[in-house]
Amino acid sequence: MTRRADPAGQGAAAQSVSRKTTTQSAATHLLPNLFRTTAFKLTAVYLVIFALFAGFVLGYVAWNAKRLLDDQIRSTIDAEIQGLAEQQRQGGIRRLVNIIERRSRGPGASLYLVTTPVGDRLAGNVEAVPPGALDRPGESEIEYARSADAVDTPSRAIVRVFVLPAGFRLLVGRDVEERERLGVVIRRAAGWSLLLVFVLGCFASWFVARRVLKRVDGMTDTAQSIMAGDLKGRLSISGTGDELDRLALNLNAMLDRIGELMAGMQQVSDNIAHDLKTPLTRLRNRAEEALRTAKSPDELRAALDGSIDEADNLIRVFNALLMIARLETGRIQDSMDTLDLSEIVSGMAELYEPLAEEAGLALVTEVAPELHVSGNRELLGQALANLIDNALKYGQPVEGGEATVVVSAAPVGSEIELVVADHGPGVPEADRGRVLERFVRLDQSRSKPGFGLGLALAAGVVRLHGGQLRLEDNAPGLRVVISLPQAQPKPVDMHEGGALPASTAQPNPAGLQSA
Amino acid sequence: MRLLIVEDDAEAAAYLTKAFREAGHVADHAADGLEGYAMAEGGGYDVLVVDRMLPRLDGLSLIRSLREQNDVTPALILSALAQVDDRVKGLRAGGDDYLPKPYAFSELLARVEVLSRRRAAPASEPTTYRVGDLALDRLAHRVARGEEEIPLQPREFRLLEYLMKHAGQVVTRTMLLENVWDYHFDPQTNVIDVHVSRLRAKVDKGFEHPMIHTIRGAGYMVRDAAR
Repeated sequence: MTRRADPAGQGAAAQSVSRKTTTQSAATHLLPNLFRTTAFKLTAVYLVIFALFAGFVLGYVAWNAKRLLDDQIRSTIDAEIQGLAEQQRQGGIRRLVNIIERRSRGPGASLYLVTTPVGDRLAGNVEAVPPGALDRPGESEIEYARSADAVDTPSRAIVRVFVLPAGFRLLVGRDVEERERLGVVIRRAAGWSLLLVFVLGCFASWFVARRVLKRVDGMTDTAQSIMAGDLKGRLSISGTGDELDRLALNLNAMLDRIGELMAGMQQVSDNIAHDLKTPLTRLRNRAEEALRTAKSPDELRAALDGSIDEADNLIRVFNALLMIARLETGRIQDSMDTLDLSEIVSGMAELYEPLAEEAGLALVTEVAPELHVSGNRELLGQALANLIDNALKYGQPVEGGEATVVVSAAPVGSEIELVVADHGPGVPEADRGRVLERFVRLDQSRSKPGFGLGLALAAGVVRLHGGQLRLEDNAPGLRVVISLPQAQPKPVDMHEGGALPASTAQPNPAGLQSA
Repeated sequence: MRLLIVEDDAEAAAYLTKAFREAGHVADHAADGLEGYAMAEGGGYDVLVVDRMLPRLDGLSLIRSLREQNDVTPALILSALAQVDDRVKGLRAGGDDYLPKPYAFSELLARVEVLSRRRAAPASEPTTYRVGDLALDRLAHRVARGEEEIPLQPREFRLLEYLMKHAGQVVTRTMLLENVWDYHFDPQTNVIDVHVSRLRAKVDKGFEHPMIHTIRGAGYMVRDAAR
């Protein structure tokens, strides 16, 4: 939001200053856009790393070359000094001076200087050396001048000073101009190659960033058009199977899934509209008819009573729908507790036992003690109540079936299986998945009161508790099986808080009691 | 009974005030949370009926503030939020009862009357409830009508105990499910009615005056019809 508003705001501000700044701000807006891309940042990092590496390699080569040259110079000097010292030993200082005079004049000659013990020059091709250089025997690197003219522009050389018998000094050296030249060449090469690396790197980064940016911008455009309402739109796939392709494939799969969910929602809301409108229409018709035909206050009263009943039914449907919706978003984790399922099952069976007797059915409970689950007592109680209610409503025995409804709970492995089974007509296998949906009522049951929400609600509760609800054939009849994960019981006494011990809640299957 | 209705919807408030007055009670109305708090703090009310979503100060905060002032006037929360955890939150904030919207007025009236009675008689409950010739001994778990002892199942005993505790008051089906079975959902079929008629068969059958009366459109009441 703010990013989109930004250029407009800046543009307006720039306009008040001058035209020139306006165009400038437009230009500076393209660049930061590039600088912000991931491709640019990555390339910049690679560039810096590569430049550092190249610099290191070149530096190492230069250092090695310099060392090699220095070693060569040194060995030349050593050899010459040894030869000259030998000459001096055999022919005295005069012979040495002669040899040096001769060698000094040769092309590409080394540097030579012979002085008296007090420093007066006897022979050689070196005019000036730094003061005191001749007093330090051994090797050093000094500046020197070959002639009196060159004193102001000294050259560098590696020299070795040798003290001859009787205090004469012999200096032999070689100019290092060659080495310096090599250094310059290497430095220049390094500079150029670094510049080249930088330019090429910049170009490559711009190229890569542009390419990636273009595809990502394409994806952004598609996403925007989808958000704007083109729900059929999908991201384009380049076919290379790279990361962006995989991202696009996954996003497309996500869009498909969202599309399916939306279609499902659409169907659910259509159903809801239908199933709420039917009783609303009935309510309206009843009121209208009463207004038109009722003659006495009693008739009016009866019509109003009927309307209130109809309204109550609507409220029930509405509450059930809201509850299923709430269950589907799965947000009751706060109100989860460790529960004694045995108590819930026995309690519910006991609650419905008189109703079963009235319907001519025997409600039989087979509940293992101490079954613990983690969950919400209200929700589990209501789910079970719905199942028992259904079994009593639709479980009138078909021919050959027993007039019993069995409610049982027992541990099976790490789970608890809760079963409500009747011997009624059952549910055909093809319809078993469908009846768990909202508002689905099979044709045989249309004559009975109900809205087709009980099983959907029970299934929602079970799913929220991490369990499964499935419908099975009870041959004949329906078996609703709920498996819930077993939980560790709380260390405190489970029978406190008004819950009756399971044994006292056992119903009397025959429904016979002494009055 | 004097009661205060804190409800921001003017039409609902007018309906409630009128209906409570017709039932013979004194009902005042506050249109927002702060006004309601000021009026409740003034005291003198037997029951507060508080909408949960109110302008300026919401219903739960109102009740919590009163409880912090050690004001224990019974409060019933009305709310359009009727999910499991909402009820728990309401009761945790200090509410004494919770009724989801939309509700039947008979249900609200019955609950408010039970709450007001609780305030009137906070002392220890008697060990034996008596209504006419019907007596229920809470310690010995025995029920007798005149000289004749009536054997009851444990759940039937608790059902009668609750009805007799509120003798002379209307007790609704949901109140029975809440207090005898400890479940708060809407019993969609007539499960409670069947339990009551079983109890009635034991307590009233063969006697001249019935004790358990059906109140049409509301619930049940235990009352001595002989008088």
